[in-house]
Amino acid sequence: MASPEKYAPPPPPSDTVAALLAFTVVAVLIMPTLDVFGVIDHFTLNLWGKYLCYALLALSVNLLWGGTGLLSLGQGLFFALGGYMHGMYLMRMIGDQGQYHKPIPDFLVFLGWTELPGFWKPFEHFSFAMLMVFLLPGIIAGVFGWLAFRSRIKGVYFSILTQALTYAGALIFFRNNTLMGGNNGFTDFKTELGFSLLEPATQRGLFIATAVVLIGVVILLRWLEGTKFGLVQRAIRDGENRTLFSGYATPAFKLFLFVLAALIAAIGGALYVPQVGIINPSDMTPEKSLEAIVWVAVGGRGTLLGPILGAVFVNMLKSYATRAIPDLWLILLGGLFLLVVLFLPGGLVSLPEKLRGLWQRFRPAPTSAPAA
Amino acid sequence: MRKTFIIIAALLAGFVAVYAEAPQAIIARAAVAKSEKAQGEILTELMGNADESILPLLDAWRKDKLFLFEAPGKPTMVVLLEGTKDSQGTQSAVDIISGKPAGVRLAADDLNAASHSANLRRIMKAVLDLTDLSSANPAKKLGAIAAIGQGQQSEKLPALEKRLAIETDPQAIKALREALALVRLKSPDPAVKLAALKELESLQSLASTDFVKAIIKDATAVKDEALLAAARSALQAVERHRTVVDFGGTMFRSLSLGSILIIVALGLAITFGLMGVINMAHGEMIAIGAYTTYVVQNIFANGLALSPFGFSVSLPGLHATGWWRESYFLFALPLSFLVAAGAGILLERGVIRFLYRRPLESLLATWGVSLLLQQLLRLTFGANNVQVGSPAYLSGNWIVGDILLGWNRVFVIGFATLIVVGVWLVLTRTSVGLLIRSVTQNRQMAACMGVRTERVNMLTFALGSGLAGLAGAFLSQIGNVGPSLGQSYVVDSFMVVVVGGVGDLVGTVISGLGIGSFDQFTQQYSPTVAGALANVPFVGGALQNLAQDSAVFGKILVLCVIILFLQWRPSGLFAARSRSLD
Repeated sequence: MASPEKYAPPPPPSDTVAALLAFTVVAVLIMPTLDVFGVIDHFTLNLWGKYLCYALLALSVNLLWGGTGLLSLGQGLFFALGGYMHGMYLMRMIGDQGQYHKPIPDFLVFLGWTELPGFWKPFEHFSFAMLMVFLLPGIIAGVFGWLAFRSRIKGVYFSILTQALTYAGALIFFRNNTLMGGNNGFTDFKTELGFSLLEPATQRGLFIATAVVLIGVVILLRWLEGTKFGLVQRAIRDGENRTLFSGYATPAFKLFLFVLAALIAAIGGALYVPQVGIINPSDMTPEKSLEAIVWVAVGGRGTLLGPILGAVFVNMLKSYATRAIPDLWLILLGGLFLLVVLFLPGGLVSLPEKLRGLWQRFRPAPTSAPAA
Repeated sequence: MRKTFIIIAALLAGFVAVYAEAPQAIIARAAVAKSEKAQGEILTELMGNADESILPLLDAWRKDKLFLFEAPGKPTMVVLLEGTKDSQGTQSAVDIISGKPAGVRLAADDLNAASHSANLRRIMKAVLDLTDLSSANPAKKLGAIAAIGQGQQSEKLPALEKRLAIETDPQAIKALREALALVRLKSPDPAVKLAALKELESLQSLASTDFVKAIIKDATAVKDEALLAAARSALQAVERHRTVVDFGGTMFRSLSLGSILIIVALGLAITFGLMGVINMAHGEMIAIGAYTTYVVQNIFANGLALSPFGFSVSLPGLHATGWWRESYFLFALPLSFLVAAGAGILLERGVIRFLYRRPLESLLATWGVSLLLQQLLRLTFGANNVQVGSPAYLSGNWIVGDILLGWNRVFVIGFATLIVVGVWLVLTRTSVGLLIRSVTQNRQMAACMGVRTERVNMLTFALGSGLAGLAGAFLSQIGNVGPSLGQSYVVDSFMVVVVGGVGDLVGTVISGLGIGSFDQFTQQYSPTVAGALANVPFVGGALQNLAQDSAVFGKILVLCVIILFLQWRPSGLFAARSRSLD
């Protein structure tokens, strides 16, 4: 049987606070200011907004995998669902400015609908859409998690079932008859709360909002880590049966964490849609969820900084590689992932530690340094 | 005595000569015959003749393209004009009797076309209809018979009757009786109609549903009680039969899908059971098997040129033909096993052996490998699907009591049985199998007894990957072969393993068949329950909407059932029992 894995303790709080502070200054103040003065262009800011949304998804994966030892291959489902719920509001805000100039979304006109289906109607209210961003992923995570955890499904079985869950979600959303846009999904958004999404100022606002949410989530997770709850969470990760036998209802803890992670992913998705301007079922496929796991693995799981770093780093690499070497991108991604899993289980954040270790190994005998 | 013999011989010779007269000659004789009546009589001789040359000639005649060429001092020759026209408008003349050029060039405007009256055209049509009815190609024959029945073409009734009298093929006889009954449904005579309904009832003709329903409608309108009763009873019989056929067809499809799932999941279950490693690259092992089949096929044919990463590799072809070429599949089977097994050994030695203590991470690492392999396949063989042809012995159908059984599906079922039995024999009757089982049950104890568990791991992984390769060779006969072939099966095969558990092969077999049947049966019957689903509170409408897409609904329902099933048996049907707890 597999023995419990070894984890580095969470980094000292002072590091995190400093990193958080630096990040706040850069993301909330400096980058938008640079954008206003045209030092960085709108496209770059928008791209970074996307990275920050991915960072939220990465944090959600990490809360389960790094924090609790649950490898969910289905966090992309909650991300996409959050996106879809917000997207429904944005679709309603297009009004009659679509291709067909009808008061209902274009794809519904295309499917032969003349009036809005019932479940679409409340989505013209922003507040209802935001409520659904949390409610739908929360309910799905709640029901699935309750069923999975009460029958003690864990380890690889849990991973496979979450993968099947997101696969089923993608199948449903790929259908045209689901009335959620089929494989084209939602796009061509015009306004959000009356502000035009094409305006750089709106996009800047969305960027700041994403940064603020991200900071809020990091603070929340950091706080949670320090509570007794966080302690039980780590205990579940390192030895679930012992925790259970010590009298903690681990299924309830895991259920709470699973729903919390789903909600974090859903916020990420909801912020992603207006900035990227499109949401479609390909975001729900198992591959997307696995990609998010690559970010966490590359950045360093079990830390708060690692997933954010990983999401930004891998996606920057992706933006570059899919343009420069499109054929080799998947090889690069697969290879990177393989290398990290095999040789750098702690991810990028553990790199300084590793290098220091290497340095110390060679320091006692500097004269016999290895060639090259 | 001697005289009599000569007479008989002469008669016999004459008879044989007449009987063997080529249809071209008969048509030529008819074309030059003096009266319309004589022409008709000569053409009637062609009735029931299945020769393929008749259709184009009569077609040419009907379209004024059959010409009479009268050279001085010679009998009239019947010709077709072929080839391109030259400046004088002449074309090469072809004698229809010999089918060879007559050696002259003629212009259509200078010639008389063979004449045809309305009556003669009717006879030609009757001849042609009968030609198809007696075609040597069974599919064509059945098609022609069904077309007459579906069209209720009463003018062809005599042709059908004539054919029925001489037909010997039982399938064609049934089709003829069905078509006759369908045509007779149109008869004004109530007695004939009733008889036809009786016939359809006894034939359980699936094709007759709409016609019988129309009769019921008419009979209700005119209040013809006798007819109504007969039609209703016929319809009932047909519907009963349809239920049976649908059920049988679904059973067959379930069995074949179940077999595919078993083949695909077997290798996965073995490696998971032994090493606790879920191999996410299992799908790519399947793809490797399928591509091996593709390469072998091309080597038997004309070779293959590949250009991975800018290198160009060309594989020579054997240019095999006929039976030899068709046998490529028999060579592809062991090869796809070996190639995939080799890839499996590389994967185990290169990656997985470092991760035995970290099952979740081995899952992730194999996913990385799966990405790599997928892209490598794409760069080597192209992003598009490649063509893998089915050998003749795998492309065909049996029709058993209206249920269509594809040979490739039958083959898959048979092969799945063979593989399961083979794997079972390997695991229970060989020394390698003994080692594998001992390591699966208790790795440490086995190691203490001197089993080299590392080597057993490697062998098991090779076996599991090889089985995936075999599955790939099979899937190449059923669906498309492309770089992402494995991805479409991998989620399903995980489900099979999760439900079946890893303790026993039987678990995989039961779970594969169970998931396959559940999927097929929901697909078959979900449209019929869609209406009832609308009554479910809150989500009824959404459920009904979903149930109309039976394929997606089936998959989602399977997933729901699996999650519920795991409430009852969290580690699958057959769990490897152990007292250890982490």
